[in-house]
Parts: sequence; C-alpha cells; structure tokens
Amino acid sequence: MTYENNIPEIAAALRAEGKRVALATVVSTWGSSPRPVGSQLVVDETGAMQGSVSGGCIEGAVVHEAMQAMQDGEPRMLSFGVADEQAWEVGLACGGKVQVYVEAVE
Amino acid sequence: MKTEILQRLVRARAEKCPVALVTDLGSGLQTLVHEDVAHGGFGLDREELAEVRRFLREDRSGIVEIGDARLFIHSYNPPLRIIIIGAVHIAQALAPMASLAGYDVVVVDPRRAFATDARFPGISMNGEWPDDALKQLAVDSRTAIVTLTHDPKLDDPALHVALRSPAFYVGSLGSRKTHGKRVDRLREAGYTEAEIARIHAPVGLAIDAVTPAEIALAIMAQITQVLRREPSAAVAAA
Repeated sequence: MTYENNIPEIAAALRAEGKRVALATVVSTWGSSPRPVGSQLVVDETGAMQGSVSGGCIEGAVVHEAMQAMQDGEPRMLSFGVADEQAWEVGLACGGKVQVYVEAVE
Repeated sequence: MKTEILQRLVRARAEKCPVALVTDLGSGLQTLVHEDVAHGGFGLDREELAEVRRFLREDRSGIVEIGDARLFIHSYNPPLRIIIIGAVHIAQALAPMASLAGYDVVVVDPRRAFATDARFPGISMNGEWPDDALKQLAVDSRTAIVTLTHDPKLDDPALHVALRSPAFYVGSLGSRKTHGKRVDRLREAGYTEAEIARIHAPVGLAIDAVTPAEIALAIMAQITQVLRREPSAAVAAA
C-alpha cells in the first residue's frame, strides 16, 4: 500500500545532493483522517515539501517542526485533532485525530 | 533516521523486497527488518520479530506496544501481482477478480486467438512463450503464478521458471490424474520433491466450484490464504 509513494526515494536523493532533510510520517489516526497510517512528507532545509500527511490542514505546522528537527536533531511526535488541548492553532476539519512522527535524516 | 538506514530502505524497495522500518518511539532508534535479516540501531526479540512479520504479511503499518517499548512498524511492500498462464475462460473470470482484490494482473498466452483485448478488456497481456514471459516479468516474493492452459507445452515451461522463483504462490489447474502426470514430468526434468510440492494442485480451495467464475473464486481465495496466513499455520492446514 505504502509503495505508491516515493518519499523515501525523494529523501535519499535530496540527501545525496548534500541537502538536509526531515521526514514526517503518520503513525496513528483516529476517526476520519484524510491520510492513512504510513503516509509521509519530506521537507528539505529550505522548507520545501513533497508528499502529504493530511489534506493540507496540518502541513504548515509539520514543516515548522521538521525545520526545528533539522536544527536540533531531536525526533518529535506531533498530535493534531479537534479534541487536542495542545497549542496547535490547527485542527482537522474532518474531526479526526492524527499523530505524526517527525525526524531529521542524519 | 540515519542516512544509511534510508539508503538500505530505498535499496530494498528498488529490489522489490518486502521490508519494515521499525522505530522505537521512545529512543528514536530504528531497525530495518527484511524477511530473513534485521539491520539497525536495536535488536528485536522473537516476539517482536514475529509481530513485525505479521504486519508485513497483513500489509499494514502502526504502533505496537511490546513490554516497555512503543514501536512504530512501517511496512513497505512491493505491489501484489498475479501472472496467469493461459488466456482461457477461467482466466477471463480470474483476471478481473484479482484486479479487484488489488493485484496487478498479467495474462500470458502466445496463442493469438486466446489473448485478445476483446476477451480481456483492460488487462495487460503478454504474448511471449510462458518461460520467456516469466523471466521478463521478474517474478518476486509478492507475485502469484497460476497456470490454466492444461497444455504441458505451455504450463510446464512456466512451472520450470515458477518453481525456482521467489513467487509466494504457484498453482496449476488440472485433475489429480493430470497433476500426477505433471509431477512425473517435473521429476524427470530434475525438479526436487520440495520444489514440486510448492504447486497448489488441484488449484484453489476445495469449495466444490463448478463454473469458471467459481473456480476463479476458489483460486483467489487460496491465493489470499497463502498470502495472509502465517507460514506455520499454512503448513498445519495443508
């Protein structure tokens, strides 16, 4: 299923060009979430992204955290959803919840 | 993620090997699990490896909690594929059924009258001789091969390649008697008992299928069973 996306290949190619990159991966979903577990996004050091982890609702925040991960090298788990009390100023319009794991490729 | 692990993952995908990337969500360490070997930042015990392989078999990804560890198992499987030898009546039912079940389908038949687009709308056809076709199509461990021609001239060359390929399923249409003769020919051609035993024959689950569509259903059900069942369970059921 996950074979349809070519995010690992894109990330490896960017690394081979000497760019810094981070990967974001949907690791769990609850309710109606737009992208299934395993969906991925790759972000490079300029903030350019390819792939998706939602229908576009959370990508902005994910890119921001990916840039941070490239700086400090720390992986992080992000949670999004209507019932989420965290300070994310984003939510999923569809009312689902999603957890995204963000890690720099080093 | 280490660049080295990413490169190994990309290589496995290029080679169409099923592989799972396991991330320890506590430490961020990662290990790549192939069918027979694991590489990476931490070891997995038997229970964990069994769980990872179950995820791969079921073609799903997700978080599992084993002991104190919270692991994200990310399955990367090549696409499923069925290669059908013989553009016969049963193939006309099996091809769309397999396609619905999510398989890439190729029907191989060098006989022009059988392999027509009108008989197989939207299905990809290969007009080479079966052994050449199978070599061309680079059979991998996510491929099922089904021979349906009944004709040793066509079925046997296909089996000669299939039995020494990593295909997860090999099935051949024909009665017990027909299969008995087939086994004799394969023995004579130098195939071992273990290789010959890979053939599911008579093909399909025993559901008393009669019509071509029912036979296709029985074949599709058996392929699904072999794909999804644990290897030990499959042996026990055989």
